[in-house]
Amino acid sequence: MAVVFEKPKSLTDAELHYCPGCTHGIIHRLVAEAIDTLGIEGRTVGVAPVGCAVMAYNYFACDMVEAAHGRAPAVATGLKRSMPENIIFTYQGDGDLASIGMAETVHAATRNENITVIFVNNAIYGMTGGQMAPTSLPGQVTQTSPYGRDVATAGYPVKISELLAALDGPEFIARVAVNNVKNVRNAKKTIEKAFRNQVEGKGFSLVEVVSSCPTNWGMTPDQALAWIDEKMIPYYPLGVYKDKSAKEAAAE
Amino acid sequence: MAEKVLMKGNEAIAEAAIRAGCRHYFGYPITPQTELAAYMAKRMPKIDGVFLQAESEVAAINMVYGVASTGKRVMTSSSSPGVSLKQEGISYIAGADLPALIVNVQRGGPGLGGIQPSQSDYYQATKGGGHGDYHLIVLTPASVQEMADLTSLAFDLADKYRMPSMLLADGTMGQMMEPVILPEEHVNVIDKPWAVTGTQMQRKHNIINSLYLVPEELERTNFERYERYAQIEKEEVRYESYMMDDAEYCLVAFGIAARVSKNAVVALRAKGVKAGLIRPITVWPFPKAPIAAAAKHVKAFVSVELSMGQMIDDIRLAQNCEKPVVLCNRAGGMIPDPAQIIAAVEALKGGND
Repeated sequence: MAVVFEKPKSLTDAELHYCPGCTHGIIHRLVAEAIDTLGIEGRTVGVAPVGCAVMAYNYFACDMVEAAHGRAPAVATGLKRSMPENIIFTYQGDGDLASIGMAETVHAATRNENITVIFVNNAIYGMTGGQMAPTSLPGQVTQTSPYGRDVATAGYPVKISELLAALDGPEFIARVAVNNVKNVRNAKKTIEKAFRNQVEGKGFSLVEVVSSCPTNWGMTPDQALAWIDEKMIPYYPLGVYKDKSAKEAAAE
Repeated sequence: MAEKVLMKGNEAIAEAAIRAGCRHYFGYPITPQTELAAYMAKRMPKIDGVFLQAESEVAAINMVYGVASTGKRVMTSSSSPGVSLKQEGISYIAGADLPALIVNVQRGGPGLGGIQPSQSDYYQATKGGGHGDYHLIVLTPASVQEMADLTSLAFDLADKYRMPSMLLADGTMGQMMEPVILPEEHVNVIDKPWAVTGTQMQRKHNIINSLYLVPEELERTNFERYERYAQIEKEEVRYESYMMDDAEYCLVAFGIAARVSKNAVVALRAKGVKAGLIRPITVWPFPKAPIAAAAKHVKAFVSVELSMGQMIDDIRLAQNCEKPVVLCNRAGGMIPDPAQIIAAVEALKGGND
């Protein structure tokens, strides 16, 4: 019988701890598929964040390092600089990457560190129970913005892809979503490209994945996926924000 | 014959680190450790090493954590306010049982403080510094020669015990120039099966981590770590004893304070006062046994420090307060002179006779 569907080899057999309807499972799978496709598992080292994906080190079958909150790009810098032949990726949420780790993110990008960053943006702190994130939308109700995010006092959401694309350093910045089949297929291609870029020595490649958190958004999984279309994507438009090599090739 | 050269303390650390096989340096500019980073910036690219000026001390120590995860020798250096920033990362490095070297060329504090020499990070260095139960192996050089020698030793001990070590120097040691015989190139190869270098599809994945959500497991890691610490306290204490055999007054001092104290001992002996010096070289593990032994024959201890009195607690504890301990100190970047120390001992003598 032909095998039509199986677990990627670079995921372990550990049972995921994520909530029902959470899209981390899909994103883990897409990362693992990229690693499998490129045949790089044996030389890949992943860096897990602090947040819902903190235990990603149990799920990816490659070597893993658990970083302090927000510091994954600095840890990845150390790993990559000491092992240039290895493939290094970080997997980070919005609080981790866009709030406490903003300096590490921006500077790894501007140095064009040859690493791959998977940035999961679900507009909330999931693990700690649903606090306002740097990417929470204006008016979004969270535990720490119970009357809705008031931009007058809490400021505006951080648009990481747009912000990093303004730098000269990074190779590749793109935003994708995982709320329907079409978007997942595009996310798969984009994540694979972000890893391939590193294999080819091109430099810092970040994929922002617009994602859901049904538990802390207070929605059913279906409602949460619909909310991505209705609210998230209009604020966080999908697309490739920077592709230095493609631009250079086009200019030749 | 090993070469003898004239070097600044900060540069001696850098060259010794390279000779100990360290090819990865991450730092952020701060006075008075500047020459160390500058030396690394110049040398590392010539020897296929990595010098990277990080965006912050926080980032630098996390880059150290990354390299340490691979089992390669790695270091960072800073001065007091910068070392405070590194504490988060140091706690993670200790929690993940990784070897690394952190150099603190201390300056006066608290806050932004000043840029003159100090020893006021003693508590921070010897009692943990960051959150959680942990220690660093803390070595305190008192000459440019020791800046080099203890750097080598710090790498070896960090590898041996799988934990971070710290070279606790001060601005004087960093800036001072002295002749130094540099250590021979040596790279101790220790098997590091825990390192994350890629599975090569040959083994189960390695995980570098300090998270244990099951308290029983986290407790076990703490107890195991402290068993190692107990072994270190037994086997790795280092100190120098100077004129202690018949001493009635024991000065205790490290780093630049020890050098001044040695002069004071000589001057006191010339006056017929039986003074001696115990110079801790490791301040963690602290040389408790020699202090306790001295308590049997001295009348009092004098803790000579460039701080408001931090090591003095360890001297009291080491001998269960058997003999009095007085503080002879300067702070904020000032250094005691021999006259101040002599006066402190003579005051004790007057009190005792």
